[in-house]
Amino acid sequence: MSFPWANHYEPKNPVMKWLDSRLPLPRFVYNAVGGGYPVPRNLNYFWNFGVLAGVALTIQLVTGIVLAMHYAANGLVAFDSVEHIMRDVNSGWMLRYAHANGASFFFIVVYLHIFRGLYYGSYKAPREMVWLLGLVIFLLMMATAFMGYVLPWGQMSFWGAKVITGLFSAIPVVGTPIQTWLLGGFAPDNAALNRFFSLHYLLPFVIAGVIILHIWALHIPGSNNPTGIDVKGPQDTVPFHPYYTAKDGFGLGVFLIVYCSVLFFAPNYLGHPDNYIPANPLSTPAHIVPEWYFWPFYAILRAFTVDFILPAKLWGVVAMFGSIILLFFLPWLDKSPVRSGNYRPAFKKFFWLLVIDVLILGYCGGSPAEEPYVMISQLASAYYFAHFLIILPIVSKMERPLPLPNSITEAVLEGKSGATLATSTQA
Amino acid sequence: MVRPIAFLAGAGFVFVLLFSLVTGAIAFISEPPAKTVEHEFHLHPKHVSFASDGPLGKFDRQQLQRGFQVYKEVCSACHSMHQVAFRDLEQIGFTPAEVKAIAKNWSTEVPSINPETGEPATRKATPADKFPSPYANEVAGRAANNNALPPDLSLMAKARHDGGAYVYSLLTGYTDQAGFKNEKGVELLKEFPEATTPTGLHFNPYFANLNIAMPPPLAADGQVTYADGTPATIDQMAKDVSAFLIWTAEPKLENRHALGWAVIGFLLIATTLAFLAYRNIWAGIKH
Repeated sequence: MSFPWANHYEPKNPVMKWLDSRLPLPRFVYNAVGGGYPVPRNLNYFWNFGVLAGVALTIQLVTGIVLAMHYAANGLVAFDSVEHIMRDVNSGWMLRYAHANGASFFFIVVYLHIFRGLYYGSYKAPREMVWLLGLVIFLLMMATAFMGYVLPWGQMSFWGAKVITGLFSAIPVVGTPIQTWLLGGFAPDNAALNRFFSLHYLLPFVIAGVIILHIWALHIPGSNNPTGIDVKGPQDTVPFHPYYTAKDGFGLGVFLIVYCSVLFFAPNYLGHPDNYIPANPLSTPAHIVPEWYFWPFYAILRAFTVDFILPAKLWGVVAMFGSIILLFFLPWLDKSPVRSGNYRPAFKKFFWLLVIDVLILGYCGGSPAEEPYVMISQLASAYYFAHFLIILPIVSKMERPLPLPNSITEAVLEGKSGATLATSTQA
Repeated sequence: MVRPIAFLAGAGFVFVLLFSLVTGAIAFISEPPAKTVEHEFHLHPKHVSFASDGPLGKFDRQQLQRGFQVYKEVCSACHSMHQVAFRDLEQIGFTPAEVKAIAKNWSTEVPSINPETGEPATRKATPADKFPSPYANEVAGRAANNNALPPDLSLMAKARHDGGAYVYSLLTGYTDQAGFKNEKGVELLKEFPEATTPTGLHFNPYFANLNIAMPPPLAADGQVTYADGTPATIDQMAKDVSAFLIWTAEPKLENRHALGWAVIGFLLIATTLAFLAYRNIWAGIKH
């Protein structure tokens, strides 16, 4: 598809020949993730996370479909049906812990995947569509995870649903009717629980569909690489299979070891104890916090504490959604022709500042809304917006990038595969 | 066009955030937020260890049986446990016959109907039943307890931070409010004279708001008589019933640990092989 020297699918088995001339599905797979897809030879371990995200989605689909066979989406019995899964369904405890922690690990690998793209400039031309579709997947994931967290119908489920749908009530005039419409009532109840379950079952398949578009768009220009420079010829690439299937196989093993360690030995570590208390509309938890993967955004939401022309709540909601929407404009905000952060000394410093900033935001988002966390999240949120909207456009104009290697192969042979971020242990 | 608009939007967000920061900082300095009695005097759970702790943890069945006895003779008078069935007790070492007897002799009967008239009635519990609630409904529970509903205990050990230690600390944490000091040596009633425990509540620094409706349930050593001869001190009873509640909250803990080690062992071997395969395939290629 992408390069003229790509291997061609040539079935030898008569059955495969017969199939290929009628439905060339094996050819399609071969060209997508087989020997027919040439990939830069210098990818580091940060390029494992796309495949891992696909694996995480598959785990969620399989465990989720089986859980749905035992779960009852009804406010009266939802909580008890989850406990029924934990106690009476064969290996139900494993299914549920795999699903709950699977969501966390899906976000872990996707966040690493996104930051990989940010550092190596994978969002830049000609891969803008890959980036934009990735962001659509991210938004769909957030919606799916939020609705999934409501289903056990514990205290955090209920109050999380109330707070998040309450964000819409910040919209002037139509806000409260929108919230009522979303919930199917004036507060989260059976109607909300049922529709959240329905959508929670639907959206993962939408995600799978957008992933196909994401990979399709990727195959037009081919994968980026740690040097960020274009592939020049056959010597710069290796076939995806067996080279990267083997490397992804190893990465998958490491991922599963970490995931299973949490699943089997600390399955509630990433959750909140309050969600083991059945939902009670009359008792508000002391601290309402979302799951950890929403903490940075929750910190941005709560950082706006002053009514400045608009109500503080509306500022918070606009900023929280804005913090993700602005990423859609990133390919046009950062106009530096150099992709990889390895050759952009100023960009690199700001990139690591952003990583620290997001970690601080996450910490503040998980803490109670009191000082000093509010002031820290105000500073950190200010940097977040300044980074993307002000600093990156200026840096991309002012910065003098380091000289780029002439080709990927040259960089590899000089021992500078550009894999410094991974402190490469590869030969 | 994108960049000038982005610059304006960015400057707007940064300005409002810094404005919020300055406003907040001024308010913080001019009117520091009042200290709350909960913030200053609430205690984190005591350090206590259970056989089920850690990735190698297993239940101590003798202890779980003692803990069940404490639940049965003390807690179950007010607290339901509606996620747990009598049959589950076989997992902690009771024989089917013992379970049958426990269910049959349980102090509360199971709601039922009279098969002839259809009138509401009760019947003896069977091993298949969940533990029946001591109260017919929430209103009855509140009416009997000064309007404070005793919570269901099935999941208590997972519904609080550090749940097992929390239950143990709460049960052994009742103390006199008069003269109570925190670790900084500040005396509660001198710092917060209005914070005296209201009548009908009981001071307990391990409880979130320091005043709990439950009277001290374990009041004296020897409150239960253990069949295995373990001395029933308050500390021992509290530990045993906490261990029992860890089991009721997570009855599959042992299966989870055992399967976990098998899975991790398998994955370590598989990942080693995958790594060797990866090195082998890439051997001829510099990258």
